[in-house]
Amino acid sequence: MAAVQWHSRARRYESELQSCGLEVAPVEFSDYHPLKSITVTDSKSRRGARKGSTSSSSSSSSSVAPDPLSSMLDGTDPLSMFAAASASESPLTLSQSSSTGDLGRGKRREKEDEVGVDFEPWSSKRGEILARFTTTEKLSINLFMGSEKGKAPSLASSSAVSEKVRTRLEELDDLEEGSQRELLNLSQQDYVNRIEELNQSLKEAWASDQKVKALKIVIQCSKLLSDTAVIQFYPSKFVLITDILDTFGRLVYERIWSMCSDPHYSPDSFTADEVNDTAKETCLNWFFKIASIRELIPRLYVEVALLKCNRFLTKCGIQETVPRLTAMIRGIGDPLVAVYARAYLCRIGMEVAPHLKDSLNKNFFDLLGTFRQIHGDSVQNQLVLQRVEIPVYLTLYSPAIHWILQCVSYRAPEALLTEMMERCKKLGNNALLLNSVMWAFRAEFIATRATDFIGMIKDCDEAGFPKHLLFGSLGRSLACADPPEAERLPILNEAWKVITKVRSPQDYINCAEIWVEFTCRHFTKREVNTVLSDIIKHMTPDRAFEDAYPQLQSVIRKILTYFHDFSVLFSMERFLPFMDMFQKDSVRVGVCLSIMDVFIKHQQEPTRDPVILNALLHVCKTMHDSVNALTLEDEKRSLALLINGFIRMVSFGRDFEQQLSFCVEARATFCNLEPVLVQLIHTVNQLAMETRRVMRGSHSRKTAAFVRACAAYSFITIPSLTSIFSRLNLYLLSGQVALANQCLSQADAFLKAAVSVLPEVPRSISIEGKLRSSEGFLLDFINNFLSALLVVPDHPEAGVLFLVRGLLNMVQDYTWEDNSDAKVHVYISALPLLAAMSQESYLYSIPKVDSNETLYGGDPKFLAEINKLCETLIGQVLDHLKTLGRDESVHRQGSLAFSLFGCLLAHGDLRNNKLNQLAVNLWNLSHKQGYCNTRTSVRTLEFIKHQAQQPDMAYLSDMLHRLTLQSRT
Amino acid sequence: MSASLDIRLKRANKVYHEGEVLAGVVAIVSKEAVQHQGITLTMEGIVNLQLSSKSVGVFEAFYNSVKPIQLITSNIEVVKQGKVPGGKTEIPFEFPLHTKGNKVLYETYHGVFVNIQYTLRCDMKRSLLAKDLSKTCEFMVHCLPQKAKLQPTPVDFTITPETLQNVRERSLLPKFLIRGHLDATNCVITKPLTGELVVESSDVAIKSIELQLVRVETCGCAEGYARDATEIQNIQIAEGDVCHSLPIPIYMVFPRLFTCPTLETINFKVEFEVNVVIVLHDEHLITENFPLKLCRA
Repeated sequence: MAAVQWHSRARRYESELQSCGLEVAPVEFSDYHPLKSITVTDSKSRRGARKGSTSSSSSSSSSVAPDPLSSMLDGTDPLSMFAAASASESPLTLSQSSSTGDLGRGKRREKEDEVGVDFEPWSSKRGEILARFTTTEKLSINLFMGSEKGKAPSLASSSAVSEKVRTRLEELDDLEEGSQRELLNLSQQDYVNRIEELNQSLKEAWASDQKVKALKIVIQCSKLLSDTAVIQFYPSKFVLITDILDTFGRLVYERIWSMCSDPHYSPDSFTADEVNDTAKETCLNWFFKIASIRELIPRLYVEVALLKCNRFLTKCGIQETVPRLTAMIRGIGDPLVAVYARAYLCRIGMEVAPHLKDSLNKNFFDLLGTFRQIHGDSVQNQLVLQRVEIPVYLTLYSPAIHWILQCVSYRAPEALLTEMMERCKKLGNNALLLNSVMWAFRAEFIATRATDFIGMIKDCDEAGFPKHLLFGSLGRSLACADPPEAERLPILNEAWKVITKVRSPQDYINCAEIWVEFTCRHFTKREVNTVLSDIIKHMTPDRAFEDAYPQLQSVIRKILTYFHDFSVLFSMERFLPFMDMFQKDSVRVGVCLSIMDVFIKHQQEPTRDPVILNALLHVCKTMHDSVNALTLEDEKRSLALLINGFIRMVSFGRDFEQQLSFCVEARATFCNLEPVLVQLIHTVNQLAMETRRVMRGSHSRKTAAFVRACAAYSFITIPSLTSIFSRLNLYLLSGQVALANQCLSQADAFLKAAVSVLPEVPRSISIEGKLRSSEGFLLDFINNFLSALLVVPDHPEAGVLFLVRGLLNMVQDYTWEDNSDAKVHVYISALPLLAAMSQESYLYSIPKVDSNETLYGGDPKFLAEINKLCETLIGQVLDHLKTLGRDESVHRQGSLAFSLFGCLLAHGDLRNNKLNQLAVNLWNLSHKQGYCNTRTSVRTLEFIKHQAQQPDMAYLSDMLHRLTLQSRT
Repeated sequence: MSASLDIRLKRANKVYHEGEVLAGVVAIVSKEAVQHQGITLTMEGIVNLQLSSKSVGVFEAFYNSVKPIQLITSNIEVVKQGKVPGGKTEIPFEFPLHTKGNKVLYETYHGVFVNIQYTLRCDMKRSLLAKDLSKTCEFMVHCLPQKAKLQPTPVDFTITPETLQNVRERSLLPKFLIRGHLDATNCVITKPLTGELVVESSDVAIKSIELQLVRVETCGCAEGYARDATEIQNIQIAEGDVCHSLPIPIYMVFPRLFTCPTLETINFKVEFEVNVVIVLHDEHLITENFPLKLCRA
């Protein structure tokens, strides 16, 4: 094909804009608009008045800047609506056995005697107890089943699976009648495993209808609770074995329940009269069997486990049984065993019949009555034998007494609590009780009497219950409820006087950590600072802090919850020294993360406070330095997010130079985190633009130098990024910023750098772990770049259209994907740019920067140069079209031809016959194969018709006649 | 082919009283039809007496088992010779529990030397080629409640070294003082035995406190009579060194079958006692005996 001649159409941008501008129609607020929040009638769960529309809410907003996203979501967020809806419904009952079963119902009918959500369930205590009461001593399990035919215990501890299975099978056999085994020398883990095995064999026995065997297993298990050897482990043993009892209780209940298989009445509210005789008889049988259990403790525990089954027999069965069982516990001589039995009874009582408060109280008073047993001779002898210290022994009681008191005090009237407290007071050596009272009673109750409690704690015997635990419990209550204003300081002083004397660092920090919350809640940084310095003093010797990281972290967390003002926070002298105690890297970084998290959440305004900046820079540096080759991508991202948040919050106001030097410092500090560098470049670019704004567009000498420094900063930072598209986009952006600031040579340098980087773009890049073709991104970038080039003036020493040519050369040399039209697309999109460049006045320009329009002033040579370039490009496109025609890719040929046609129509001067002919040919080519979108074609024709009506475009109507529309048929 | 025979009583707890009607069904389950030569039901109540080797010589005990006493017997043919169709067949029946003459239906009791048992047996006679089928089922008989209102007879007790009999060396005994009371010694068999016990003081730690329920069975025969006391059950009410001067509940449920209202007849007697047993840590055993009179109210 002969070379085409290009003539750009002359454009009058302003009149075009006017003629194609749409009519401005005022939008009524009530009109539908896709971006306006959809007005939903408030769901019932939501009480707060919500604004009818976004616009009204933002207009009424006060000092807080209206965040379009949040105001958009206000009230209509589907997720929060679901949450609200589900909260109003009752949560699913998780399991029948746990006391949470009552929670669901508790919400619907808040009865006085129901257990509500505010009652901390046993399941949450369980794990705590198991974790706290452990032992390294050897344990033993003694199981007698039926008669005393001895059988040698075979303790084959082999790891081989077959061996394991065999021993397990043997064990099961051993549970048969007439076997006895004693397992000695079990480690704690072994012991736990054995108990779990027993639990399993209980379920198996039950499933295989061996009810008697199941009962025997349960009896044997509960018998273990009378054994107080290895007393430190007793609380955990209690937990393990009561789990089995719970299982058993549930199995029996469900079995009897299934026998009454009458679907008419609900499991919650049936009465004994509705139960049929068979079920009753079975239930009665169980009770007779249990009543004949010889030993007291198994009989008690099993009967408690089956307490709920009393509902099948008589209406007031439970009501009569619980007091009897309560009295029965008096027969247990060992106070520890007795108190745990009481705890179990209280637990089941709360689950089955929460309205029976009297029995709970009776339990507690019985406990007080037998309290002196703890200091009796039998206990003392036992402790000597087991070599257990009294304070350790006393803490074994805590979980049980806590639990009993929690049950007793749950929704109890104030008078009752006062009475209980008085009775505890009267007993000698009552620290243990005192501790539980503070733990279990309502925090408000404790808080109003805090001073009394301190007095009582002081009166306690030094040798008994550890005082730091007492203060810990008090502190826990005071953290949730406030004591009277006037007493606060004396309380803190008194408490800290004792705490600071605690010798063991571990005990000390456990207690101190609790009191930090109280201190932060009610006092200023001065007191907190004192507390911190005391902690440092205690924890530094012998590097004691190494064992107390969780507590120290919690101290920081508590401080951060109460101190959101970072200038106050960092002005505490001891805060940073406190931070220095975190010497293990992972912990240190964790603490830094939480600090930054709080900073970003709560810092409202940008800051330049040197204290904050220094401290946070230090914190961020710690986070940054934790990054190594093994750091996960996600971790890096979250670190970078936090650091970016910090950088965004730094502002030196008008002191731009200092801001820049901050960025320089930050770049040095955070060089390993790419997103941070990107953020820094953006910050610096923003800084340059801010300078321009302040100077109202005309730089003084000094500011000109400054913006050049900014450009230099970006220019040397960008190459250190690895992501190619970040680099390209930042080059372009920085180039635009430089241009806007009249730094022509810097802008040139940026753009040249971008062009020179282009060949490095790989054909595929990884996005979120998947390999994707980079073509789309590259095309986007090039189009963006081209539009920027319009305003870039040519360098006086380089040739005409130096950058455009450079870019096109790069495009030509770039190894595009095989079989791709991307290159041709770039050529086609370069045509509008060139057409725009040949106009007399450009579509847009930068103030105070002379674009090519002024430089060349419409010089014919310049225009000729442009036209030549266009012709080359069109030639290239046509060549490509030809090759496509040969291949089987006529579809692509058609669409390419059509886009070139569109380009010619918009930007070419179609008065020129050759160009006109080319356009018609392209139209025909694109329609030849019938792949063209008919709708687009029709609309194009309509457009041409519309254009032709304008006075100077009449020639288009001629062309219109030559464009025929082919229907696909 | 297999057929199964079962007796199902109407009452789930299988407890009947004199004068009532024992009702239920004979259930036959079979895949195919069963040919038989008649199905019969036999109801029987028997007192079995046995002499213990302790009271009379071993040989006498072996040979001279006292003849069983029949309390009630009745036999009916439920179905005449014929065929029971396949599937599940239920044949209802009723027996009136009436005694002949002046005989009394004693309450069901399972003891060591005295056994009072009521059974219902179903037999299916079949031709020579097939085995006869048989099924036995025990049912319980309870006495009619006593008409006279029972007056509770509380008993207080105090146990000290001085109150004990049967002590060899009184001076070796540790000092202790245990007080208590039983709410009643004439007990209703369906109600538990209750009371309280207080350890006021004890020099030696207490190891365990137990309630031992004992049956005293007396059998009369030509040579005289034999009286034996054996343990029914032992219930621990305190374990370990219990808190002093704190009342500990005494509570024991009378086991079914193994207890019955105290019974006195010409041929035999069944009585009950309870022992409060206190075991001290130095293995001293202190027992206090209380005869009980059980009845049904």
